[in-house]
Amino acid sequence: MEDLGEIVGEFLMESHENLDQIDRDLVALEQDPSSRDLISRIFRAIHTIKGTSGFLAFTRLETLAHAGESLLSRLRDGVQPVTPTTITTLLATIDGVRSLLEAIEQNGAEGDVDVDSIIAAVHAQMNAPGDAAPAAAPAATAQPAAAPEPLQERPVRPAPEPVEEQRRPLGEILVETGAAQAADIGSALQSQLEGDERKLGTILLEEGKTQPAAVNEALQAQTPKRSVADSAIRVDVDLLDTLMNMVGELVLARNQLVRGVMETGDSGLVRSAQRLGMITSELQEGIMKTRMQPIEHIWSKLPRVIRDLSQSLGKRVELVMEGKETELDRSLLEAVKDPLTHLVRNAVDHGIEDTDKRIAAGKSPEGTLTLRAYHEGGHVAVEVADDGAGMDVDRIAQKAVEKGLLRPEQVPNMDKREIMAMVFQPGFSTAAKVTNVSGRGVGMDVVKTNIERIGGAVSVDSTLGQGTVWRLTIPLTLAIIQALTVDCGDQRYVVPQVAVLELVFIDGQSTKIEYASGAPVYRLRGKLLPLVRLDRTLGLEPSGDQGVYIMVLQADGRRFGLVVDRVLNTEEVVVKALNSRFKDIGLYAGATILGDGKVGLILDASSLARRSHLAVDSERENLVGTSRSTGAAGTGERLLITAVGERRVAIPLDTVTRLEEFPRDRIEHAGSREVVQYRGQILPLVRLSHLLGAYSEVEEGDTVSVVVYSEGGRSVALVVDRIVDIAENSTTARRDAEEDGLVGTAVIQQRVTELLDVRRAILAADPNFYNDMAGDEMLVEA
Amino acid sequence: MASRQFATFEVADQLFGVEVDTVQEVLSYNEYTPVPLAPPAVGGLFNLRGQVIAAVDLRVQLGLARQALQGPVMNVILRGDGEPVSLLVDRIGEVVDLDDDQFEPPPDTLAGPTRELVTGTFKMDGRLMLALDVNQAVDTYRATT
Repeated sequence: MEDLGEIVGEFLMESHENLDQIDRDLVALEQDPSSRDLISRIFRAIHTIKGTSGFLAFTRLETLAHAGESLLSRLRDGVQPVTPTTITTLLATIDGVRSLLEAIEQNGAEGDVDVDSIIAAVHAQMNAPGDAAPAAAPAATAQPAAAPEPLQERPVRPAPEPVEEQRRPLGEILVETGAAQAADIGSALQSQLEGDERKLGTILLEEGKTQPAAVNEALQAQTPKRSVADSAIRVDVDLLDTLMNMVGELVLARNQLVRGVMETGDSGLVRSAQRLGMITSELQEGIMKTRMQPIEHIWSKLPRVIRDLSQSLGKRVELVMEGKETELDRSLLEAVKDPLTHLVRNAVDHGIEDTDKRIAAGKSPEGTLTLRAYHEGGHVAVEVADDGAGMDVDRIAQKAVEKGLLRPEQVPNMDKREIMAMVFQPGFSTAAKVTNVSGRGVGMDVVKTNIERIGGAVSVDSTLGQGTVWRLTIPLTLAIIQALTVDCGDQRYVVPQVAVLELVFIDGQSTKIEYASGAPVYRLRGKLLPLVRLDRTLGLEPSGDQGVYIMVLQADGRRFGLVVDRVLNTEEVVVKALNSRFKDIGLYAGATILGDGKVGLILDASSLARRSHLAVDSERENLVGTSRSTGAAGTGERLLITAVGERRVAIPLDTVTRLEEFPRDRIEHAGSREVVQYRGQILPLVRLSHLLGAYSEVEEGDTVSVVVYSEGGRSVALVVDRIVDIAENSTTARRDAEEDGLVGTAVIQQRVTELLDVRRAILAADPNFYNDMAGDEMLVEA
Repeated sequence: MASRQFATFEVADQLFGVEVDTVQEVLSYNEYTPVPLAPPAVGGLFNLRGQVIAAVDLRVQLGLARQALQGPVMNVILRGDGEPVSLLVDRIGEVVDLDDDQFEPPPDTLAGPTRELVTGTFKMDGRLMLALDVNQAVDTYRATT
């Protein structure tokens, strides 16, 4: 058997391809039962499998394929009509063949895969030609006994199939296209019969009866069905990866060269460099194309999925595919496969309604599922759209609140899309009943994670009663990305352009950075955009607030501004994996070689977001409980609600660095102040109850709750009685305070809540807190 | 008598050596890209024929002050585990053949960070060479854990 190894391997690969095609054809045949072409094609494919398996002595496989072939031949000859039941039987046969092939692949032998029951089912189909009654098939009624072939005996070796697509005669094509006269061809054929050994085209050309171009065209038309095997070769993916890497290097070298040549100003060199640039771009494109495969590759399995699923659910679903020739990088295609299948299953299961419901809703009984793929600005968009029931925004909101993903008071502030995005939260499922298909609350979050892992995005839009559109945005390739190079300090960094929404130049006059109690923000068209200073995030010397740029970034569904010193240009950069020792830092998505040959670090927008505020959020969440979702950005400012005596005091969350509990016995005294040792520092404490003149609750318990505020290496802690909650303040019921230490009061969560003057509270704890931070202008939040 | 080949180099006037087959190449390089927030022992990144290489500052690993990355600095590029890593050193020495009988374990008086990086001492003519434990030397998280 060893010497057959390669042959078997080839047979397996070929058969798997054939089976996928048969799957597709069978589903298509169900839609179009009268298509003789389809039946013939399926027949031929299964015949090939039967023949080869016989040759390789896989007897069970051969028997099974023979059974399928027998049933198909009856369909082909019109002895028996094509019905959904026969299709199901045939699909089951194909599945049987598949499991046999898998067994062969794994063990080298057929193993004990059960084929008898499938063969019996096929047999039953042939014996009882079923639904549409043999009346329509006179051959069957005339000779009922002769109908099914006996299956027990070993099938005879397959006779060579007649070549069905005989080449059309060249002359016929030439006449048809009007390139030659029938009479000329007749005479040419005649001379061939008389012993002229030249080919027909040659005779015609030499006698000047037709044009060379026409003959060429006709010759091509003659062999239109050049099989894939002739026009394609198999290439090792590793080789393509190597080529891709080398082209990446070439792109870098080109960038460096072009930059250098531009500086010399030599026009001859500049021209050569530009030409090199063009060739490199084309080469890069070409190599990238070799890794590209049409999305059809992963769509091709879906018709079967949909058919099986819709049948088991008693639904009727028509599948429409648009843009199946849209190409994607092979590795991305693999990564998209599972999420896409999940979305499709979900759409059939939950999106499209039962036939009865559809009729009741005045829709056509057959649901439509549309798969759409198209290019869009350096990305590929893949949509899964159904015309089903759509998603009920209110129900999603209600469910999200039930599951503790949202707070009831957050809901009114969220727009429709934000609420619908809740379905991507882990643990969320609105399915009324859990089926074995979907609805177990695992899935959509996995879809999101998987798509984001490859740098893509997923969104959903839905109209109640009309349908839902799931949309995946996928980068074309992973290896080369469009990126912006920016300066921060004396270093250059790279930001993937996908994350960048817009750029704002801060001149300090018409555009400026403002501070909400220490947190930098920018008014972007009237809305406050939280800012992240790249220099501070990277632990570098902070620069000024003037003459800098804000890059408005979107990551993890959150928008923020990244403050950098200078934005240089957009460039195609080759992403290089970063040494594994830097993975823990998280901030970097990789590295690249910049135009000047230096290494540049590629920043990861979502890590930046997480590091700057979401990281703090998660710490808060640990203490406060999972009261809110990190994904939903509401419109109002977020407040930390604390209890101080009987009063509720709110602290803007943006000013909070951490929440801590300190053991009561760790509080020490320094002069008149209370302090604790905290992370190697002396942390001054201020009791809000003292500051606000409130009666504190009786001191009990072993710990105190504090809110830590840090800036520029200094920290203070505000002691409260309890952390109550985190809330969004969007109410207008707000008035200015008459009391010291407060900036106002507001009604939050139906209760009067006082808003703390954070600056004053901090100064009460540490009068020198702001003294060392000259240059950082502080504005108190009002 | 078994003998081994060592590539030698100097850091703060002390001669160190690593076995020759762990070394990919030795070169001097000018420009390093600092990696903010990385462990202090990471000197920076540089571009070795299109490959991004992390340079580990051996001075920091030995408990000394950082190498000033201005002007050319010598790199001993080690093959590493699938990804080459570079050691920043002061000066490159010769490749020497050393017999096993010249080897002794590190002296008991050798303490501090150097002790953890060194597998032993080779007694050469007129000076001592410390044999580096390559894995320890490039482990930039060693100091912090």
